[in-house]
Amino acid sequence: MNVLFAIIQTLLFIALAPLLAGWVKWCKCHLQNRRAPSLLQPYRDLIKLTHKQPVVSKDASWLFIIAPYIIFSTTALAVSVVPLLAVDLPTASSADVIVLVGFLAFARFFLVLAGLDVGTAFGGMGSSREMTISAMAEPAMLMAVFTLTMTASTTNLSFAIDHVLQEGLVLRPSFIFSLSALMLVAVAETGRIPVDNPATHLELTMIHEAMILEYSGRHLALIEWASQLKLMLYGVLIANIFFPWGIAETLSLSVLGYGLLAIMGKLALLVVVLAISETLLAKMRLFRVQEFLSFAYLLGLLGMLSHIILEAAR
Amino acid sequence: MSEVHSNWQLALQLALEAEVIPHNSTVVNNLARWTISADDWLRFATIAQQHHLRWVAGWAEQREDTFVVNACFASQTGYLWLQTELHIEKPQLPSQATIYPVASRSERHTQDMFGIHFVDRPDSRKWTRHCAWKKHDYPLRKDFPLQGMPEVITPANMDYQFVKARGAGVYEVPVGPIHAGIIEPGHFRFQAVGETILNLEERLAYVHKGIEKLAEGRTPEKLVRLAGRISGDSTVAHSWAACRAMEQAAGITIPERAAFIRGILCERERIANHLGDIGAICNDVGFAFAQMQFSRLREQWQRNSASVFGHRLLMDRLIPGGVKVDLSVADCTLLTQELKVLRKELDETIPALDLNSSLEDRLFTTGYLSPSTAATYGVVGYVARASGQDFDVRRDVSYAPYNQLNIKVAVEEQGDVASRVWVRIKEVFASIKLLSQMLTQLPEGELVTAWQKPKEYSEGLAMVEGWRGEIMTYVRFSSDDKISRFYARDPSHFGFLALEKIVLNNIVPDFPVCNKSVNPSYSGNDL
Repeated sequence: MNVLFAIIQTLLFIALAPLLAGWVKWCKCHLQNRRAPSLLQPYRDLIKLTHKQPVVSKDASWLFIIAPYIIFSTTALAVSVVPLLAVDLPTASSADVIVLVGFLAFARFFLVLAGLDVGTAFGGMGSSREMTISAMAEPAMLMAVFTLTMTASTTNLSFAIDHVLQEGLVLRPSFIFSLSALMLVAVAETGRIPVDNPATHLELTMIHEAMILEYSGRHLALIEWASQLKLMLYGVLIANIFFPWGIAETLSLSVLGYGLLAIMGKLALLVVVLAISETLLAKMRLFRVQEFLSFAYLLGLLGMLSHIILEAAR
Repeated sequence: MSEVHSNWQLALQLALEAEVIPHNSTVVNNLARWTISADDWLRFATIAQQHHLRWVAGWAEQREDTFVVNACFASQTGYLWLQTELHIEKPQLPSQATIYPVASRSERHTQDMFGIHFVDRPDSRKWTRHCAWKKHDYPLRKDFPLQGMPEVITPANMDYQFVKARGAGVYEVPVGPIHAGIIEPGHFRFQAVGETILNLEERLAYVHKGIEKLAEGRTPEKLVRLAGRISGDSTVAHSWAACRAMEQAAGITIPERAAFIRGILCERERIANHLGDIGAICNDVGFAFAQMQFSRLREQWQRNSASVFGHRLLMDRLIPGGVKVDLSVADCTLLTQELKVLRKELDETIPALDLNSSLEDRLFTTGYLSPSTAATYGVVGYVARASGQDFDVRRDVSYAPYNQLNIKVAVEEQGDVASRVWVRIKEVFASIKLLSQMLTQLPEGELVTAWQKPKEYSEGLAMVEGWRGEIMTYVRFSSDDKISRFYARDPSHFGFLALEKIVLNNIVPDFPVCNKSVNPSYSGNDL
């Protein structure tokens, strides 16, 4: 039963991700005084792409073709680890947060290889930038998450969330630091402004988009969907770790329904914050990104220090 | 005024006499015209450089069995038009590009189109012709058919020798000619170490439309239509320059009212393009909010253009001898009202850009063009004015209606992208003031002076300050009121050259915003 529910939760996660992307667009459009496309537009785009013939460069190897499937399935595995509606699910308890980071790194590894594979200048450029950023983003993310795991004395997300719920509403300085760190990392990892601009057409400024320029058709659909999943994954992590209230602790239908509403509400609010910051900020100069991520790392470190100094001693 | 003009001309005259360069000269207003022998072509360039003259344009034409090669130079207050004749059997001339590097592309164009050989030129590669036409076919010679050669697909240009950079970690990024946005084609070749740009080389002329050849044998009205299509965003400025050159050749003075309406059209074009570009520059650094606001303002502006003047881009509103459109009193009130609205909107929007520190961080110090480079290259328009070059044709070599108006020229010293944005913002406000002056002072009278057939082979050379900067247009008539030669030098010629310098030591991802801050026109450059 629990296994079945874990699968359903993962499928629900995958199904809802494009809706979240649509909501981001909707908020941004309205903040820029524009008329927004329908919330369902990302679904239509994905369907459209799957109907198109993928065009593959004659210089592409098998790696280029297989990469979208690997990227999508690894990201899907990653989201299965994250508690969306309920805690204590078998997938969540079998893998911890380090595995989650590992899944994401694995997907990124193939994305970067695929960017290099066709040998275009843009792909190589995007891959090199992506690696530069990830080399700084991953430690910052782990640092933020470790604070949480130290509080809960476990690296398992499900148990950690349980622990936060048991403790009730306690104001922890360490959590505020690591929440800020995780939000900065999330912006960098999901390629949002001010680190990357998902809406740009300027090849030379791209990071994520430069790697996938050569993709088309269903391959592109899978990669787009995977990045929508990643955006939602970070949203859910932030929402459920730091504000877990509302998540289902038992598997009854009404509690789950309440859990679904809660997480959707939390995500919707988070996206509004994202959209506001994307509207107010211009994209950073590429070499400012390292300062941005060093700052995130520093926040993570401060979170851990304040945990050790202020909280663990008690 | 002529007192001021004669000073530099006098100085130059003395210099020429000291160097014993024989010449014929005529002076009309602020345009001096000198004919010298081909042997003195290079020596003249040296003297011109010593007198800090700016290179403006170079072009050639065929007259029976001679080639006439022209070059135009400028001081702050006037122009000097240099001519020499070559026999068709021996089309050779020393290259001025050794003295004025900025003349190089123009000489390559003349070589490609006429087969005139510039001796010792620093760059002997083709420019405008990629792989079209047979080796000894030169499209702008008179024996080349006007309808062009039978259509064959031009083979791809595979063996162009780009400048190479070598060394550890140097890599090349080829960009274009087809770009991701809906923009014109042009190839950019970057050499970079990491993300820092070591060198940028442009390969253009993908939009060569044969404007110069198409102009041959046209009537004056049709030439204005053609000139209006050199670059769609500068349609008023180019038509105006063509009209002025032809009117000068025919000795026609246009009615005051027509001059004012031309001025109104030209300033409207300037405002529309600046509004669009300010937004686009912000969008290139990921600040989409500004683009949305400025696109809206521009759209509203162009809709008003359509309703008052009958065309969104104001195409084909000018005709030789005057203008095609009139302004009623009601129109003037409407336009004055529109100026107030725009001013109010800008007063709200500009602070949103000015106070945004993340935008500031991107635009300041990016894409620096030093005042000395700007002066050496003789760049024009807002690119020059953002690098401290205080020059504007409307003020310094004024023409109607600007000679009756109070013109304020915006100059900034920093030379970065932010400066170019600020010059444009100030120019929008200056144009608003000019428009309100013109609308209140709009004189009564005719719209057109009747066209008179110009004398045989008469010539005209005119400058107009388009929104990108100084446009130079040359026109020569044949014996029957038809055009024999037409050449227009768009400010983009300098824009592209400046861009190659602007991006040096910037990072690759900052190229788009540098490019947009200059915004040269591919179509205007390629002709």
